[in-house]
Amino acid sequence: MASKVIHAYYNDDDVLMHAVKKIKEAKHHIEEVYCPFPVHGLDKAMGLAPTRIAITSFMYGCLGLAVAIAMMDYIMIDDWPQDIGGKPSFSYIENMPAFVPIMFELTVFFAAHLMVITFYLRSRLWPFKKAENPDVRTTDDHFVMEIEIHDNEKELRNLLLDTGAVEISIADKNDH
Amino acid sequence: MYTFSSRLKIASIVMMIVGALGLGYGFITMPTSVEEAKAMVASHDDGHGGSHGEGTHANTDSHGEHDASHDEHLLHQLQNKPWAALYVAAFFFFMIALGTLAFYAVQRASQAGWSPLLFRVMEGISAYLVPGGIIVFVILVLSVMHMNHLFVWMDADVVAHDKLLQGKAGYLDPVFFLIRAAIFLGGWILYREYSRKLSIKQDESNDNSSFKLNFKISAAFLVFYLISESMMSWDWIMSVDPHWFSTLFGWYVFASMFVSGITVIAMVTIYLKSKNYLPDVNDSHIHDLAKFMFGISIFWTYLWFSQFMLIWYSNIPEEVTYFVTRIEDYKLPFFGMVVMNFVFPFLILMNSDYKRINWFVIMAGIVILAGHYVDIFNMIMPATVGDQWYIGIPEIGAILFFAGFFIFWVFRALGTVPLQPKRNPFIEESRHFHY
Repeated sequence: MASKVIHAYYNDDDVLMHAVKKIKEAKHHIEEVYCPFPVHGLDKAMGLAPTRIAITSFMYGCLGLAVAIAMMDYIMIDDWPQDIGGKPSFSYIENMPAFVPIMFELTVFFAAHLMVITFYLRSRLWPFKKAENPDVRTTDDHFVMEIEIHDNEKELRNLLLDTGAVEISIADKNDH
Repeated sequence: MYTFSSRLKIASIVMMIVGALGLGYGFITMPTSVEEAKAMVASHDDGHGGSHGEGTHANTDSHGEHDASHDEHLLHQLQNKPWAALYVAAFFFFMIALGTLAFYAVQRASQAGWSPLLFRVMEGISAYLVPGGIIVFVILVLSVMHMNHLFVWMDADVVAHDKLLQGKAGYLDPVFFLIRAAIFLGGWILYREYSRKLSIKQDESNDNSSFKLNFKISAAFLVFYLISESMMSWDWIMSVDPHWFSTLFGWYVFASMFVSGITVIAMVTIYLKSKNYLPDVNDSHIHDLAKFMFGISIFWTYLWFSQFMLIWYSNIPEEVTYFVTRIEDYKLPFFGMVVMNFVFPFLILMNSDYKRINWFVIMAGIVILAGHYVDIFNMIMPATVGDQWYIGIPEIGAILFFAGFFIFWVFRALGTVPLQPKRNPFIEESRHFHY
């Protein structure tokens, strides 16, 4: 049995924020909120867990630093320690200042790019992905709150109209 | 309204007395003759110090003459020790007040919405600019009067035998040097006092004219400050090594004073908040200050490394001696300060949650301040005392004396006016600041 969801439309982010708080108070589970732009504090109001993407970025940065050190230690010190312009290639530490720019750049490169790729994977974004917004207006000037229906359509409809919804519709749940 | 707690007052006075005794001890035990200096070094390390002079140079013809000049050099280094300890600590605490003033001017000129709540704290810290600046100026005057050998170019005898110093004599002229110092200090103190006056006047006025005027003079001050600070760093710090020069030195000193100033703002704010004197300051304000501590620490490291790496890489003899002496004789302080000023705050203050925890910020602040003391120490000591450096009684005494004086003066100034500005146009935004 395909479950149904109720879509409540709002046209103001302040009204939306109040609506989210009211719905949470009434102990309904909000499946999703579609917004045309980031609404400050919406994640807190919905009770979403904070992102851990900064932690992954830190780990990717450490990885980049390790790659840079291992690469240059192997190439410049171990494999072929040439005398290039009198630089001391006897040990990594002795010639380290010359390697720092690359160590820095690779740290930033790994931290930035792998974090972005992690973001794409976690939020399921790729070039030929089918768009998921329930209504094209959610990319322009409307906000849509999606709540699953469990034989309580009438009650939900009244509650949502109470919170200032400008339009309400019922749709099949979009399983993605 | 803040009242200077009597416990803090007594603590600061005790620090001043103990510090003054330590400094006095340094001056009393300063050697007055070559024989005394040799005896001091011999009693301290007869291991390597003795064998150096006698072993390697024993058979050369110029032995006697060389040894005599070497001994006199040693005497000057030992005589410089208490002076350099005094100068480093005096400059360090003065620099905190000046860095705070620069941060304050930036906040005013950028019309920051979060910081007006902290303006009185910054004004209180920059109050130290007046006595601190006068003390530094007096030390410079005493140097010009040949009371010490901190600045070797002030010695006419040395300049007479030194082509390089003769070439720089137009700029490194004792009278011109003092005139420049007076202009810098005069400009900074003038801005500080005038801006403070306008800031207090704004509280009682009916319009925003004082605020607007303060905005304009802050922007003008920043222009003056950037030029004067750069020249000040050449005059007061770089000229102890008059043969050496570096173009980014002014920014490097600036980064050091800026991060120290911001750190002290954060620490004083946390202290006052813990005593319930700043009820409207929330952890977002602390978070912002900690972000600045984090960011400017990295900026300092960037400049430190840029200066070091460019000179290390090209290895031009006349430039590289600066770092050769530091790495040979100051290995631990030279590299230790990079750990204290970069690695430690970088790892501690990276996490957004940690930046809101007061004791974390205080702990990072103590390490950053100690690290920047060592930074100034590394700038002054190698040229003045050379390998005779030691963080002993005169150095710690000087730190204690100026720390006590700094605390005494700053908290006395904090107690003179209400800690929260009343009619600043951004005060409401600042009170509700949330990040």
